[in-house]
Amino acid sequence: MSETFVLDGQEIPFAPGQTIIQAASAAGVYIPRLCYHPEFKPHGSCKLCTVKVNGRHTASCTFKAAPGLQVESNTEDLNAERRTLVQMLFVEGNHFCPSCEKSGDCQLQATAYELGMMSPHFDHFFPDRPVDASHPELLLDFNRCILCSLCVRASRDVDKKNVFALAGRGIDSHLIVNAASGRLADTNVALEDKAVQVCPVGVILKKRQGFKVPIGQRTYDEVPISGHVPAPAALTEEI
Amino acid sequence: MVNSGGLQSILRKYEGNPHNLLQILREVQEEEGWISPDRVAALETALAVPRSKIIGAASFYAFLHLQPVGRYRILFSDNITDRMLGNQALMEQLCQLLWVEPGKVSEDGLVSITTTSCTGMCDQGPALLVNGRAITRVDEARIVEIAELVRNQAPLSEWPEEYFRVEDNIRRRDILLDSHFEPGSSLRALHARVETEGMQASNTRSWREGLPRGLVGPATMLDEIKRANLRGRGGAGFTTGLKWEACRNAPLAEGQDRIVVCNADEGEPGTFKDRVLLTSYADMVFEGMTLAAYAVGARRGFLYLRGEYRYLLEHLEGVLARRRRDNLLGHSIIGIPGADFDIKIHVGFGAYVCGEESALIESLEGKRGTPRNRPPFPVTHGYLDQPTIVNNVETFAAAALIALNGGEWYKNIGTAQSAGSKILSVSGDCERPGIYEFPFGVRVVEVLEACGARNTQAVQVSGPSGFTIAAHEFERRICFEDIPTAGAFMVFDQTRDMFEVARNFVHFFAHESCGFCTPCRVGTSLLKNLMDKLHNGHGSPYDFEEIEKLNHILQAMSHCGLGHSACNPVLDTIGKFRPAYDARMAHQDFTPAFDLDRALSQARQMTRRDDEQAHFAAEHGAAQ
Amino acid sequence: MEVTEKKKLKVATTSLAGCFGCHMSFLDIDERLFDLLERVEFDRSPITDIKEVGVCDIGLIEGGLCNAENVHVLREFRKQCKVLIALGACAVNGGLPAQRNHLPLTDILSEVYLSSPGLGNGLIPSDPELPLPLNQVHPIHEVVKVDVFIPGCPPSGDAIWKVLTDLLSGKAPSLGHGLIHYD
Repeated sequence: MSETFVLDGQEIPFAPGQTIIQAASAAGVYIPRLCYHPEFKPHGSCKLCTVKVNGRHTASCTFKAAPGLQVESNTEDLNAERRTLVQMLFVEGNHFCPSCEKSGDCQLQATAYELGMMSPHFDHFFPDRPVDASHPELLLDFNRCILCSLCVRASRDVDKKNVFALAGRGIDSHLIVNAASGRLADTNVALEDKAVQVCPVGVILKKRQGFKVPIGQRTYDEVPISGHVPAPAALTEEI
Repeated sequence: MVNSGGLQSILRKYEGNPHNLLQILREVQEEEGWISPDRVAALETALAVPRSKIIGAASFYAFLHLQPVGRYRILFSDNITDRMLGNQALMEQLCQLLWVEPGKVSEDGLVSITTTSCTGMCDQGPALLVNGRAITRVDEARIVEIAELVRNQAPLSEWPEEYFRVEDNIRRRDILLDSHFEPGSSLRALHARVETEGMQASNTRSWREGLPRGLVGPATMLDEIKRANLRGRGGAGFTTGLKWEACRNAPLAEGQDRIVVCNADEGEPGTFKDRVLLTSYADMVFEGMTLAAYAVGARRGFLYLRGEYRYLLEHLEGVLARRRRDNLLGHSIIGIPGADFDIKIHVGFGAYVCGEESALIESLEGKRGTPRNRPPFPVTHGYLDQPTIVNNVETFAAAALIALNGGEWYKNIGTAQSAGSKILSVSGDCERPGIYEFPFGVRVVEVLEACGARNTQAVQVSGPSGFTIAAHEFERRICFEDIPTAGAFMVFDQTRDMFEVARNFVHFFAHESCGFCTPCRVGTSLLKNLMDKLHNGHGSPYDFEEIEKLNHILQAMSHCGLGHSACNPVLDTIGKFRPAYDARMAHQDFTPAFDLDRALSQARQMTRRDDEQAHFAAEHGAAQ
Repeated sequence: MEVTEKKKLKVATTSLAGCFGCHMSFLDIDERLFDLLERVEFDRSPITDIKEVGVCDIGLIEGGLCNAENVHVLREFRKQCKVLIALGACAVNGGLPAQRNHLPLTDILSEVYLSSPGLGNGLIPSDPELPLPLNQVHPIHEVVKVDVFIPGCPPSGDAIWKVLTDLLSGKAPSLGHGLIHYD
């Protein structure tokens, strides 16, 4: 018999060492997230997965499940706070969905739909960010980067390449690539790299693929993101 | 330019160890003025660290430069106390004299001038840093002289010594500052105490293996610290004995050590007591670290010195060298077999967040100063995953005092929950700014009287992340039971605008946010923009709601204490000085944050129009 | 019939820096337009060709703020309308026009009117009749208080219908999955 904790009134079983979000995912319960990916070590930076554990706010991707915890997640208050975080991400970068190839497959957009975000609410920063089209097969559009660092972790931990890294500080934080020229074409990135597959938004894009699937028939057009709870990597296979 | 031989000797000094990346970068920059792409490439090969990591780490720190900066890089300290002393006008004056725009490098590459977070000279400001060296008591006459020296390209060594004089300004001494400490006396006192209990520090096993039965030297130290009820002086007040014990009990993996870190990243604006302790009481601090090492079983120690105090490095290295000669560091300290401990100094580079212990450890490891996810805590998984204690400078000095005089003596000073004394850094509107040591429990009004403050409107205790105390609270006490503090005590008289005080602090947090988590990275900038909106006369009650909303998100969702406390000055001043805000929300209707008429400026310039239609009439900008 | 005797709600619509796509989408409510006309009457709108907005219950704004005239019209709408609705991506976040925001306006005007090849004697139009462009394009909520947002480029007719019928029946408008879209 595995032990359980309570998530929004529901008993959730967990295996020793599992975090709240892992256990919830295994039970098919969606907790919003952007920087969390079941195949990687949790980062805990986007804060979308914040829940209340015994009344205290904490990131569910880093908090270990324990017997008897009382966890709130799908509440009006927490979803309102998460909506504010998503709004912050929308005004921080330049997110123009109608002209983005990732629209419909984008986790930022789908999470905003899920949380009922009707407007970005805050004043926009409209930052000046570059696009790197140097690579023959890949495009980097930094306008859409949300600093989740999934590509950084994938490149470092899976591809063993360190193609991507975070640079700068605070609101000037940004993604860089590992080349003296600063251009993706001058790195050793490869199309099959894990880092190229994990971008939750429209920063790392394969060229000439963007509109193969028409808008309206994409991942989150059919089923909302809450219906796509990714199964956690089996604990024994965890890296 | 460093020739490659220069780089080689720097690499040798740091053992070619990638964990020393930041210190290597600092030394390269100290020789060349900046870190050029050539140097990055050389280090990429020599350290086998990818370029993206070198750039990623270096670009995190305000004082490391990956672009050429002026040969004279002048940074005006921009704490509220510097502002109260007129730093903005002085910076403008210097910019005009040297024909340079703030934040830019002059065309000839000679000089760049901008602001930086508080440099810890609040009692002798306005202050600035020139190429990392602190200049105090800047005034108009001094600005004229500085402009002349820069124009004549006089090397810093030829600038008047007087500029760089930093005073201790100790105004009140108590148990710690009045202790006339003899180097080694605490270690010997502890050792004597152990011997009277008839025990040896070690027999066959080294002390770092923990606490084998019969090894009571470390236990004695720990007992004294616990008996003293010493609590951390960095502000949070965690019980030092518990922290040390947890570290000592943490299991060591093969090849691991325990680590003692002294947090001298004194970045909280308005705090400068650690500077004075390191200047005039360095032996006490190092001795406290050595005692801590003895207690927890550590062989390696670090002093993390904030970049603003770089000028203390040679002095501190000198003290360490002397202590090694005197067998107060090194092997078998004061003859205790196996008592091996040494201290390295790690200089920081302008990042307030590194005062957070896990961010500090990341920085020590040569990385971006991002606070870690916790647990695990540093006491079990700290520096390179080894059990690590991080304590404040003052905590270590207090530990030395406790070893000397005993925990029983110490705990009877101060209050029930706050044993001992607290060193306050007093600045702002008072006659005698400087260092004041009081027993814990001192009332705010007593400090105000001591420093000669008059017509005081408010006191900011413990810096921007602390508490704004209004006049009706001046009977409150400085102690963990009432107002805990890391040491800052900034005084504001009736002439000061508390809204502007809060706005300065909000700018500080936005500048120092590490950018790791969404709420703090974006939220501190949004909050800054809102405070600027009010400052610029565009405020309405709608903005007030927004401020409250951001305050809530920062407190509830942020990753670390920086984000949690970024809203403190705003919440406190709204609560206690509401009229300062009301005056800035004169518009009844929602008003844009930007000036509409100015938003047509580029079009006017290009079309050369100045007709009525080319402007927004005043009515649009004003309250409707 | 009782319903027709009830006072009809007044609705105004306009397009600022938009493409009128949202208005086209509004027409996509198709025959439901007749139901709507039972309950509302149009003030300023391309449907009526009224030029100045009067006192209204609902104002629908398509497009963001690109120039001075956009700001004047928006403020007039805000003054006259009880409920102001940002209709579509450009009103909500600036949309396509806002993608000029990382370029200085001076550069844009030079490029378009002075330095483009084939311009001959380039000249930046300076007739006082022409509204001056703003340094940056802004979504409308950055200049006035906005009550309701309908995102989408354009929002579907169904989304617009849902919001309007919610409002007419006194409910807080909400769009569920499938209706809420930013593209």
